[in-house]
Amino acid sequence: MENSVLFSVRLSLQVASLATVLIVLTGMPLAYLLARKAFRGKELLDVLCTLPLVLPPTVTGYYLIVLFGRNGLIGRLIYEWTGWSIMFTWYAAVLASFIVALPLMIKTTRAAIESVDRNLINASYTLGHSEFDTALKVILPLAKRGIVAGTALSFARAMGEFGATLMLAGNLPGRTDTMPIAIYSLAGSGEWSQAHFMVLLMTTMSGIFLYIANRFTKRII
Amino acid sequence: MGLQVRLQKKVNGFALDIEWQIGNELAVLFGFSGAGKSMTLQLIAGLMKADKGQVRLDDIVYFDSSAGIDLPPQERPFGYVFQDLALFPHMTILQNILYGAPNHSTNEKLDRAQEMIHAFKLTGLEDRYPYEISGGQKQRVAFARALIRRPKALLLDEPFSALDHPLRLEMRRFLRALRESFNIPALLVTHDFEEAVAISDKIIVYRHGNIAQIDSPERIKRSPANRYVSQLISSDEGVPVERSS
Repeated sequence: MENSVLFSVRLSLQVASLATVLIVLTGMPLAYLLARKAFRGKELLDVLCTLPLVLPPTVTGYYLIVLFGRNGLIGRLIYEWTGWSIMFTWYAAVLASFIVALPLMIKTTRAAIESVDRNLINASYTLGHSEFDTALKVILPLAKRGIVAGTALSFARAMGEFGATLMLAGNLPGRTDTMPIAIYSLAGSGEWSQAHFMVLLMTTMSGIFLYIANRFTKRII
Repeated sequence: MGLQVRLQKKVNGFALDIEWQIGNELAVLFGFSGAGKSMTLQLIAGLMKADKGQVRLDDIVYFDSSAGIDLPPQERPFGYVFQDLALFPHMTILQNILYGAPNHSTNEKLDRAQEMIHAFKLTGLEDRYPYEISGGQKQRVAFARALIRRPKALLLDEPFSALDHPLRLEMRRFLRALRESFNIPALLVTHDFEEAVAISDKIIVYRHGNIAQIDSPERIKRSPANRYVSQLISSDEGVPVERSS
């Protein structure tokens, strides 16, 4: 098999894995906040977290450039301090995948947390367990199926991220060409056999992750 | 001594305004559904915050709106048994009971859990899950879990409502014996007058978030304070719902 194909497959897995780890780490606390807490600006936070789900990826990518580009609001500070910019690196692909797939984790996990019986949470409090302890020992285990489903969906979405990634990480062969981007290039230059392979691989992998997500959402306790 | 409660709380057009005290006895909060009985338990346990009032048990104040005292439920010494029992479905019977003693060493926890399992006749069920045991056994697990941390009072929110009649009778006897052996105040919510009479030393009758009468079961039967109470105690068993007025 062509080295470039292998590179794209490996890069896609690497990007989606790191993005998914970040998504789980930030998505769970955010979902918990949205499911269990009343605070000012909660609806706004919910809308902000959900927007990447409905915005065209180019718009999300545009915002990310405005924020993280070398002259961006955050990107400039990072560049001044470190001389490094995330633009056109594989980390940019991780960032794009993270932002675009995060809403799937938050939505699924929030629904799962909200479905945990309030009495079980109250029982835990009256038995002397702190809120954090209760979240860890009662809420998370009972919301587990939703969390697994959200993680699988996010991974599949992160693997398939194209638009925002292209804007942020560019299409640099051997550096930032994840599978979706490589397929775009191969189709453009008429290299069908490699494109076929990657299309089939993407379809199979995405199908498997969707299947996992479905299996776990069917029986959220 | 005992449990002294004075509470006011307005929520969604419903106003609770009650004051009572109970000693080292089994008291029943009796009234129609929606009269504020379960809400009272939640306010006492700190699961809900009262607008005004005080919750005091044996000279220790757990809530006092004017003094700004409001201890979280974790720091209130109440054993709470919920209407649906709220056993953790992902934990075994032993794990459920152990969960009630979070602040003890593993050895002490296990010793106490063994004591509870023995006292509540749950031997052999330690590794089962709640869905694998009978209704009566679930009740006993809920009591064991609430009592393992040695609470200073028991709050029981209609724990027997899902049981059939013979089991209910058995659980009433069990509860009376239990309260006597632990020797702490126990407060039971029920809308079943027969149950209230059969089990309690004192009945606190609720009406629309207020107290209609507080007395011994015999005296409430003999001389209801007003027409409302006499109607209430003669109404058929079932789940009567208080009309909002």
